[in-house]
Amino acid sequence: MKLHTINLNINDQVRTVTVRTGDTLLYTIREKLGLTGAKPGCLNGDCGACTINVDGWPMKSCLMMAVEGQGKQIKTIEGLGNTLIQQAFVEHFAFQCGYCTPGFIMNCHSLILKKPDADDSTIKEWLESNICRCTSYIEIETAVKSALEKNKHHSN
Amino acid sequence: MLSFDFDYYRPKTLQEAVGLFQNADRNGKKPMYISGATELLTLGRINLAFTEAAIDLKDIVEGNVMQFEQGYLVIGANLTLTKIEEANLFPLLTNTSSNIADHTARGKITLGGNICGQIFYREAVLPFLLADSQVVIVGPEGVTVKPLNEIFNEQLILKKGEFLIQVATDDRYIHAPFISIKRRQQWETGYPLITVAALKIDGEVRTAFSGLCPFPFRSKKMEAALNNHELSVKARIQSALAEVPSPILNDVEGSSEYRLFVLQNLLEDVLGAFD
Ligand SMILES: Cc1cc2nc3c(=O)[nH]c(=O)nc-3n(C[C@H](O)[C@H](O)[C@H](O)COP(=O)(O)OP(=O)(O)OC[C@H]3O[C@@H](n4cnc5c(N)ncnc54)[C@H](O)[C@@H]3O)c2cc1C
Ligand code: FES
Ligand code: FES
Repeated sequence: MKLHTINLNINDQVRTVTVRTGDTLLYTIREKLGLTGAKPGCLNGDCGACTINVDGWPMKSCLMMAVEGQGKQIKTIEGLGNTLIQQAFVEHFAFQCGYCTPGFIMNCHSLILKKPDADDSTIKEWLESNICRCTSYIEIETAVKSALEKNKHHSN
Repeated sequence: MLSFDFDYYRPKTLQEAVGLFQNADRNGKKPMYISGATELLTLGRINLAFTEAAIDLKDIVEGNVMQFEQGYLVIGANLTLTKIEEANLFPLLTNTSSNIADHTARGKITLGGNICGQIFYREAVLPFLLADSQVVIVGPEGVTVKPLNEIFNEQLILKKGEFLIQVATDDRYIHAPFISIKRRQQWETGYPLITVAALKIDGEVRTAFSGLCPFPFRSKKMEAALNNHELSVKARIQSALAEVPSPILNDVEGSSEYRLFVLQNLLEDVLGAFD
């Protein structure tokens, strides 16, 4: 077995962890670091349930090896603290079973960070990366739009 | 998570990458160059990809460039599709690439990985086939520059130990009128039923396809038919359809008959766009 001990910067903390080269970042953060917010779904890059942020951009953590995470700023849902997008999801009931929610929120969080003036087509393009089996899509759209709007007022 | 273990290398230079490959090959480790690593993870998980030595190219600076040099746009193979789209230096490439997978996945999938991947759609190659781009290849024999259309036959034909580092495109193609259309079985993300990319240069329409056959291609015979102005548009399309290479895909995305039907309509849209 090929084991590597690596440092990962997760949620503004340096975590030392021993991984196999074939371990995905998803597996590592859930099983080795106890951060179970990112959810395993398809494990194939299709569903977005495992979405986290890497250097501010959304990333499907099943498409990334843990060893690739060295030197990156990684954020999981556990690293967000009552952000505008989290409040908006609650206010607009943007979930039912909640399984897809951390992935959607991390994607929306990046969107607000990277594209604060996102128009409808940009919102659609980004959010198409995630699937909600309970079809809360309308509520999710409402939540992200309201968070983008509030963010504009906050930053002005 | 993969069931097999491998050595993981992050070379900083072209020479180091080739050396690592040769060394691993001598030791029977079935080395693999990777850049985005998504195909290694997704196909490796179901035992369709395997290596005992993964050589990750993403730290090699030559593979991360995106700039105009002496009339050519040079794009590094390590760049993610999202980075290329954000810069939007080659609008036809942006248009075609931004329909591959989904926005988040494109933040990990690289240009080199898409063009050289086992998954046969390789849609990002279409604009470069149309633009007669040059590819910069690195291998045991050093660095070579070759016309893409000479070494792309269904896939990029690389010798053992070679990898793609850059694609260079003549500026005049960058600004040529273009259209790119992706038709899927359903939804707005994922693999194509058919993708067509087209551009018009020197009064002639060029077309390249993915999803129609089990490989992406540009066909000079189809283009000759589409540019035969002695025929009506309908007749040009019919003669182009007769030149589609075989086999035409017949799978869960759509039957070959349905694909030909969709292709006919796509060709009408393409010719209509340039009228
Ligand atoms: C969710 C999802 C959706 C997808 N949808 C589409 C789609 O709509 N259209 C489409 O065309 N594709 C699609 N793909 C396929 C994807 O583009 C390919 O699997 C691609 O290979 C991934 O790129 P990568 O950089 O992660 O490759 P890697 O996993 O790094 O490498 C893939 C292969 O390419 C080789 N390689 C990588 N870089 C180089 C290089 N520089 N030189 C030589 N060889 C190299 C590797 O040896 C390996 O065999 C999708 C993939 C996913 C995960
Ligand atoms: S589990 Fe990663 S995209 Fe589905
Ligand atoms: S709320 Fe159940 S999958 Fe989205």
